[in-house]
Amino acid sequence: MPMFKVRIAETGECFPCDSAQSVLEGMVQIGRRGIPTGCRGGACGVCRIEVLSGSFAHKAMSRSQVSEADQRDGRVLACRIFPGSDLELKVLGGMRCSVLQHEAGK
Amino acid sequence: MAMTGVLRPGHAQIRVLDLEEAVRHYRDVMGLVETGRDAQGRVYLKCWDERDHNSVILRQADRAGLDFFGFKVLDKATLDKLDADLQAYGLKTERIPAGEMLETGERVRFELPSGHLIELYSEKSTIGNGCGLVNPTAWTPDSERGIAPVRLDHALLYGPNVAEVQKIFTEVLGFYLVERVLNPEGTANLAIWLSCSHKVHDIAFAEYPEPGKLHHCSFLMETWEEVLRAGDIMSHNKVPVDIGPTRHGVTRGCTIYAWDPSGNRFETFMGGYQPYPDYKEPLTWTFDNFGQGLDYPQRKLHETFLTVVS
Repeated sequence: MPMFKVRIAETGECFPCDSAQSVLEGMVQIGRRGIPTGCRGGACGVCRIEVLSGSFAHKAMSRSQVSEADQRDGRVLACRIFPGSDLELKVLGGMRCSVLQHEAGK
Repeated sequence: MAMTGVLRPGHAQIRVLDLEEAVRHYRDVMGLVETGRDAQGRVYLKCWDERDHNSVILRQADRAGLDFFGFKVLDKATLDKLDADLQAYGLKTERIPAGEMLETGERVRFELPSGHLIELYSEKSTIGNGCGLVNPTAWTPDSERGIAPVRLDHALLYGPNVAEVQKIFTEVLGFYLVERVLNPEGTANLAIWLSCSHKVHDIAFAEYPEPGKLHHCSFLMETWEEVLRAGDIMSHNKVPVDIGPTRHGVTRGCTIYAWDPSGNRFETFMGGYQPYPDYKEPLTWTFDNFGQGLDYPQRKLHETFLTVVS
């Protein structure tokens, strides 16, 4: 199984990921951090990233989180992309909406 | 007779990103029984011990989440009365014809102020649980295949306007408030657990900025050992697990939260207690103790509980 290197641009953190694992799985499996972890199935948007360079295969991502334009521009969900080469990415996601946050905003 | 009006959660239609992957999860890992597929491509499943034809319907879509959550009511007269009551309250209702969903009668659908679609219906074909009606067996091979929950138990839905939602369920639909978590000021309910039965909850809501979101659909197991076994099966199948096995303070349920392949959270739990409609005093969890309400041993307010929805 081809092994690639994934680099998080802002922090320079690197971790290995093979082409059969999603980028998020690759990171979580070896206990690394850097990309926020949510549902791991493409629905919640928490692991949203922008791929700055490299190629990848992907599974379906919820259109409520990633539009077709987003996907074309490499703004995708880390849990749904599988590296086809070394990748450089920027983290866009995070816990944006929260039960607590709503109360704080009231 | 005690149980009238709204009887129980009846069906949940879940949006999935890849239908066959979802079917493998719900049929083979969860151990639900596939009972049909319709012309629209929806897949129908039920839990082994449910008598009605379906409780989980999967629809492939470009986004995950919950299309609607339906409750079974006692009979047609009840359905017509609740429809009239909802309209009198000021809610717009829609009638979905019998047969639009396989083996299901006419449904009354309305939208909550939280953005969720709720349905009421009185008829769904009975296909039984496989144990027979005369000198029944205590269980069947389906009860050991996969996780094999006994029923779809409830859902927790996230969206705005929880106070208004509570009024609709308690004043129009005959539910009662069993437990609630207060907001930090102690002035309103941040999250509510409502029952139309002898269960600790048949539906629950939490205040959240985006409308119409699914936190989880929940499936009942009979014992703690079965919950632990469910956790093992999740691991065998690389199902992403959120929290647990642990106990919730709220409802006392012993639980595992995990996600289906499309990122829709589900729960496998057991336990609770036996409230009655004359229990006029709901249990209260203060905001500062929400952690114990969610994860009783760890007393931890897991961030994903507050933020990850589909």
